[in-house]
Amino acid sequence: MNMNLLLHQILSGLATGGIYASVALALVMIYQATHLVNFAQGELAMFSTYIAWALIQTGLPYWAAFFITVGAAFVLGVVIERVIIRPVENGPILAVVIVFIALLVIFNSLAGWIFSYTIKPFPSPFPAEPLFGNSYVSSHELGSTAITLMVLLLLYVFFRFTPLGLAMRAAAQNPVSSRLVGIRVGWMLALGWGLAAAIGAIAGMMVAPSVFLEPNMMGGILLYAFAGALLGGIDSPGGAVVGGFIVGVLENIVGAYVGTELKLTVALVVIIGVLVVRPSGMFGRVHVVRV
Amino acid sequence: MTVALLEVRGLKAQYGPTRVLHGIDFAVAERGITTILGANGAGKTTTLRAVCNMVRTEGQVRLGGERIDGCATESIVRRGVAHVPDGRGTFMNLSVEENLRLGAYCRRDRAEVALDFERMYGHFPRLKERYRQQAGTLSGGEQQMLAVARALMLRPRLLLLDEPSFGLAPLIVQHLFEILRAIRESEGIGMLLVEQNASLALQLADHAYLLETGRVVMSGPSATIRSDESVRRSYLGY
Repeated sequence: MNMNLLLHQILSGLATGGIYASVALALVMIYQATHLVNFAQGELAMFSTYIAWALIQTGLPYWAAFFITVGAAFVLGVVIERVIIRPVENGPILAVVIVFIALLVIFNSLAGWIFSYTIKPFPSPFPAEPLFGNSYVSSHELGSTAITLMVLLLLYVFFRFTPLGLAMRAAAQNPVSSRLVGIRVGWMLALGWGLAAAIGAIAGMMVAPSVFLEPNMMGGILLYAFAGALLGGIDSPGGAVVGGFIVGVLENIVGAYVGTELKLTVALVVIIGVLVVRPSGMFGRVHVVRV
Repeated sequence: MTVALLEVRGLKAQYGPTRVLHGIDFAVAERGITTILGANGAGKTTTLRAVCNMVRTEGQVRLGGERIDGCATESIVRRGVAHVPDGRGTFMNLSVEENLRLGAYCRRDRAEVALDFERMYGHFPRLKERYRQQAGTLSGGEQQMLAVARALMLRPRLLLLDEPSFGLAPLIVQHLFEILRAIRESEGIGMLLVEQNASLALQLADHAYLLETGRVVMSGPSATIRSDESVRRSYLGY
């Protein structure tokens, strides 16, 4: 077996794993607050990427478009929570799930309607030739991994060390007590949606150069991200990140040595395996209910 | 006549279709401690919840003369009403320190907050020993101390206490009530206290109300209530 090939597969697996990790983290953030998986997370990311594409088409430099898109996705997330999710928040679980699925279909169709279903190339902000003359990873893979890690680090610092981050964690786990210390819980949830959408937008823009831009581009990625989140533990942000990276590497290695047809199967096998063997994932809390 | 810190008139509360409070009146004087006594199910916890609008309520609630009924719970808290809730309300997955930090969430006077941390650790050395520990791993008594400390971190004008002695060892209860008394003296916080332990509550409070199935059946200075024959027999047990 060729060691170089294996190393190459692992490194590019880590690059896509970073994308899965970001989306997985976005899923976990919504999950912690609502105990539901937001099926529309991927389509929100895809739609945001179209916004970036449209901005770049108007002649804006890449990084300007990047930051405007992140801001726009944040606002979009907040608005969706306030206007669409809030009225059904206390409704039955099924109602919320249906709303998530509706959002998925709406954003998918909206993207197709506005931007058409033709596949579009999406630019990478990183140079075409590999950095430092290495032969293992492309500049885009390296750059997108760096950006993902930076985003994850920023989020960690935000949640761990700022009063607002602490308030968001508190609101997600104990809304009643949070109100009793004066936290505006409704806004914390909206903020969570905004952050999740912004993370998704970055993931979308980082993955689009390799998968190309089209309305269904996030479908598979959401599945991998979900597998990653489950593997790490659906209520553990750190676990979701680790899980995302593992799924990325696993997917790439299986693709290279077993066959690309089986790539998506990896995600499904992980999902079923985790649910059967250890439903709380690697780092998730085991919920014990006293009866 | 001076304005009471908390004045409640015709307070009704209900859970779904079930009415629990049938229009009660009570007050907490500035720097005063008022206690609400009653058997299980009389509506004591609901009264505290109704004051900060956590249940469906009707009636008037005035804090320092201003109407606060109808305000969102978090807005009432921001006006200086801290609540040690039924069940302690611990943020289980957060550390002890983070729990206290959340108590001071609405405050902007950072230097003072830092001092208050030290004061709370002074009152409850147990919390200092465990400040990095996950709050969910604390014992029930320690969580109760944490709940009181968290509420005090707001530097409230009014402190609502729902069974602060719950789950605490008798010695610690004595200690906690001494702290509450000292805090009232030093900071002039008014308190509304709900307690199963009636004799303890009557020692601390200067005014008492007796609640029976959602109605006030007796009220007056603690000393008067304490010497009442029927109260003594039903609630003090001697």
